[in-house]
Amino acid sequence: MTNENRNLGQLAVRIRRHVIEMTRLGKSSHVGSSFSIVELLSVLYSGVLNVRPDQPDWEQRDRLVLSKGHACAALYAVLAEKGFFPTDWLHTYYQDDSPLAGHATHSVPGVEVSTGSLGHGASLATGMALAGKRDTAAWRVFALLSDGECDEGATWEAALLAAHHGLDNMVIIVDYNKIQALGYTSEVLSLDSLAGKWRAFGWAVREIDGHNFAEIETALGAVPFEKGQPSCIVAHTIKGKGVSFMEDQLLWHYRSPQGEEYEAACRELDGER
Amino acid sequence: MRTAFIQQLYNLAKVDSRINLIVGDLGFGVVTDFARDFPNQFLNAGVAEQNMTGVAAGMALSGKIVFTYSIANFPTLRCLEQIRNDVCYHKADVKIVSVGGGLAYGALGATHHATEDLAILRALPNLLVIAPGDPLEAQAATRAIAAHPGPCYLRLGRSGEATVHDPGFDFQLGKAIQVREGFDLTIVSTGSMLQNALEAAEQLGQKGIQARVLSMHTIKPLDTEALFKAATETSALVTLEEHSLVGGLGGAVAEALMDAGKGAVRLKRIGLPPEFISTVGSQLHLWGLNGLSVEGITKTIELSLRAE
Repeated sequence: MTNENRNLGQLAVRIRRHVIEMTRLGKSSHVGSSFSIVELLSVLYSGVLNVRPDQPDWEQRDRLVLSKGHACAALYAVLAEKGFFPTDWLHTYYQDDSPLAGHATHSVPGVEVSTGSLGHGASLATGMALAGKRDTAAWRVFALLSDGECDEGATWEAALLAAHHGLDNMVIIVDYNKIQALGYTSEVLSLDSLAGKWRAFGWAVREIDGHNFAEIETALGAVPFEKGQPSCIVAHTIKGKGVSFMEDQLLWHYRSPQGEEYEAACRELDGER
Repeated sequence: MRTAFIQQLYNLAKVDSRINLIVGDLGFGVVTDFARDFPNQFLNAGVAEQNMTGVAAGMALSGKIVFTYSIANFPTLRCLEQIRNDVCYHKADVKIVSVGGGLAYGALGATHHATEDLAILRALPNLLVIAPGDPLEAQAATRAIAAHPGPCYLRLGRSGEATVHDPGFDFQLGKAIQVREGFDLTIVSTGSMLQNALEAAEQLGQKGIQARVLSMHTIKPLDTEALFKAATETSALVTLEEHSLVGGLGGAVAEALMDAGKGAVRLKRIGLPPEFISTVGSQLHLWGLNGLSVEGITKTIELSLRAE
């Protein structure tokens, strides 16, 4: 493992530890959804996104839209780690009067837009990218979508528009963990072939292992994959990644880590450090 | 009203490059000049209103002033959650414009009747709701909402509405305009009912009943000052709208009066029954069938006064 990857690995562990702590204290859910995007967020916030933690509204910043707003615990954790706000805030997550709600909220420094109702992020990101194009701005737009919200028609409305207008300043990353709220996507509403669908809609697509730092860095470093086309990264991930008994388990969309399960999760994560 | 709107928006776009117009593949012959002369400020989002609205919010959050445009319920109810979450929650500088408020698309059928929009959009936080009463109000309202930072809903009629005001009249968001003086009762009108309100007032005048007429072009925020003044100075209030009786102008006025302890004021709400109108007919025909013709309005007011 290179030094750089070791740093990314350590960041990922810290994010997961924060998420476990936040969801335990807040007695809240969506641990699995947060864990599947930890490596993606770690790379995005370690040199890919051009952002300023001390100036979150800097006009020339790259935009990240967390369309799967229910995974905000991981986003809040990485933002705190990067200095957008004090890590102390994390321990108030989901609790009365906390600045951190259970879905991504734009009042939080570094959070671009409020999400939580699925299928909104692709359109918001497309609008931002279109505005950027019209202003010939250098900043880019990244949107992180869940696979479940590819059920939403509005996601595909945005896909059509972004491709039609050749928005190569935007990247959609689909967190393809293959589990949605009531079961496997293959059972609920099949998305196969997800990459094929994005291609058919006019996007330049790459499929990667969404937990492999090298693959994530290579893909994000290569956007736009084609000039004049928006880029889509289908990231194959595992829901609950990082804690053995949470991996690929629908239950951890809902369950809050308490007691022995909390202890066991911490032991596993600390062992990796 | 449609023409007044687009001409005004064209003039604004010419001097302010932040102004963008997004249409949901509607506006044949209306948006042609705008699209031709300001290609970098125009977008046809296709038949996809949810995306149109989300894209508008994304653009607005990146420094643009964005008008979305379509007809009837398409730019409003079809994408209601995008309006609520993406536009209103973020206070994004998006102006939602619907052409064909009320029964303007009468014979196209109930799918094209925008008859609950005021009630539904009035309930959303951070959103101004405006229904101009004549082409000059539509023009002034377009200017005013472009200058107002934040979400607005502009409900327009279609075409051929009478011009009620004189050029140079005073228009301010949230300020009712008195278009006729009277002390027996006050007709509070919104949107395209304004001309009918005035004509009904004339007919009542011939019978010795002097009606004040207020053009309540802004439904939210409601001009309670003008309303309470009318409630004090005249003996009854009549609200008039081309909208369901559930939750529109009449509802807003009733709420304001009750909340201010003025529930004793006589109030008659005139509007559409909260039902789908299945009769086929032009706007004029459907007005007649539903008590919104000048004669219908006059009669309802007379009966209402007699019941006192």
